[in-house]
Amino acid sequence: MAQVQVQPRIRTNNKIRLSSGDRVFHFFNDAYLLLALLIVLYPIIYIVSSSFSSPQAVATGRVVLFPVDFSLRGYEAVFKHEGIVLGYTNTIFYTVVGTFVNVTMTVLAAYPLSRRRMPGKQIIMFLFTFTMIFSGGLIPTYILISRLKLINTRWVMIIPNAIGVFNMIICRTFFQTNIPEELVEAAQIDGCDHIRFMFEMVLPLSKPILAVIALYYSVGHWNAYFDAFIYLSNEKLFPLQIILREILVLNQIEQATIMDPQIMQARQGMSDLLKYSLIVVSSAPFMFIYPFVSKHFVKGALTGAIKG
Amino acid sequence: MAVQNEVTLYKKRSIWSRYKRDVLMNYQLYIIILLPLIWLFIFRYIPMYGVQIAFKNFQASKGILGSEWVGLYQFKKFFNNYMFEKIITNTITLSLYQMIAGFPFPIILALALNNTLYPRFKKTVQMVTYMPHFISTVVMVGIILQLVHPRIGLINNAIKALGGTPIDFMAKAKYFPSIYVWSGVWQSTGWGTIIYLAALAGIDPELHEAAVIDGASRLQRVKYVDLPGILPTIVIILILNAGNIMNVGFEKAFLLQNNLNLDTSEIIATYTYKMGLASAASDFSYASAIGFFNSVVNMILILIVNYIAKKLGEISLW
Repeated sequence: MAQVQVQPRIRTNNKIRLSSGDRVFHFFNDAYLLLALLIVLYPIIYIVSSSFSSPQAVATGRVVLFPVDFSLRGYEAVFKHEGIVLGYTNTIFYTVVGTFVNVTMTVLAAYPLSRRRMPGKQIIMFLFTFTMIFSGGLIPTYILISRLKLINTRWVMIIPNAIGVFNMIICRTFFQTNIPEELVEAAQIDGCDHIRFMFEMVLPLSKPILAVIALYYSVGHWNAYFDAFIYLSNEKLFPLQIILREILVLNQIEQATIMDPQIMQARQGMSDLLKYSLIVVSSAPFMFIYPFVSKHFVKGALTGAIKG
Repeated sequence: MAVQNEVTLYKKRSIWSRYKRDVLMNYQLYIIILLPLIWLFIFRYIPMYGVQIAFKNFQASKGILGSEWVGLYQFKKFFNNYMFEKIITNTITLSLYQMIAGFPFPIILALALNNTLYPRFKKTVQMVTYMPHFISTVVMVGIILQLVHPRIGLINNAIKALGGTPIDFMAKAKYFPSIYVWSGVWQSTGWGTIIYLAALAGIDPELHEAAVIDGASRLQRVKYVDLPGILPTIVIILILNAGNIMNVGFEKAFLLQNNLNLDTSEIIATYTYKMGLASAASDFSYASAIGFFNSVVNMILILIVNYIAKKLGEISLW
């Protein structure tokens, strides 16, 4: 969980008293941090608490910090909602398959480009990086996708963004610095070719960076909204984010999910409660695993920032 | 002369043969990269070829090649459109506002994190403030809508509790930029500290030791050691941000948009989408022209900005 390393500095021994000026400084410094912490944390706590409250409490705005009239009705509604369950399943599919394709394609591009002796490497590299600063734009891409008959297929969520050039560059930099040319040469002398070398040497040696880019890609897939919005109209294929937009932003909640007469009374409260629960359920997976992998995320962000 | 020619010939041949040897030795590298290259060609370069429809009058039945050329007609149509000025202004306002408002907070937070005496506390603050970075745009907009809701929203509850009248924030165009920007600040400040923390970690500890021996207080060390130490990073980030001034993403603006706040929320990306894909009489050529105009402006800005950053980088190295 260690984040960016703390700069080595003179240890302030607690037994030695700080000067009064420094004490004032530390007071304000820590107060500022506490304020930042609360500003970020409070809305999150508020949303989680609201999601565990009763519809009435949400409707009347009685939730301030802790759940009021604890109930799980919001979550019941979420898991009864067919669209949400289907969307969740679809998103898991897009995330798992998509990330697999992403990582595979990224490695296939990054490994050759990381080798010193590959004539034409610069040109290929330029072709990749150029797409970072210029693109055909929305409409020409749309025409292409429709010509390829990818509209309303699962593939449209996976293939058009198979490689993120930024991640490819992170990966390439890692290969360059961690897989020395001498290792390849030694392997070649022993009769190992590039393809075998890639599978048996590069992949096992690059687990940390593969984890980082896999994390980046999977967050991207989980949160992806735009492509589904543009290319998918078949409800069976909708990822979670599209369903989320319908409910959270467009306010469309199927009446079928709130048929219970008791719930009908608090229909408005119920729909708001559903929204809070939905926010929690849809963001939970990454919020939950995030603390365990944050180190990798930070590492990736830094590699990217330094090279980017 | 003859000898020299032979030498250059030999050199040429040797470079050529070295190339040939490298290609032969490493031909598998080309096999490995073949699939990504095909992908790149199809999904990134064919659309660039398709950009020509911005200069044509695209008709689906005639295809990209068959449609007739109309020169700069689509661009003129866009520049003369009454919306032109508005969407350009909205786009630049939004990104400038975002740049200025979002800029100082990561720096201050990074400095504060760097100066706290409690490592656990530091880690907690980092952990929590990084979290919003992973919330999807749709969920973020959902959260905003819930929090500013006139009847049940947290903010309006607070206003009511203080004796004010609730405000329907989403229905007033004047609030849109602030909602957009400050929610962005909430979401990205923590993540933005990473690069500054790395820069702070790179400051030579001897500078701090020397400052302590010279009797510098904590505040003075922040002012005269930490801040100058991360100044190059600050300048680079600022310059790179400036390159994205015409590049405001589609999703958040579109999701926060409604008919009542369109006056400030219609930006280039959302307008392009509406012209090209959303309306019944969608005009591919017109939308492509807008998109192309935006892409070219973005590219020029990024190139300028990278040039400046490189120049400064060289200077700061000396």
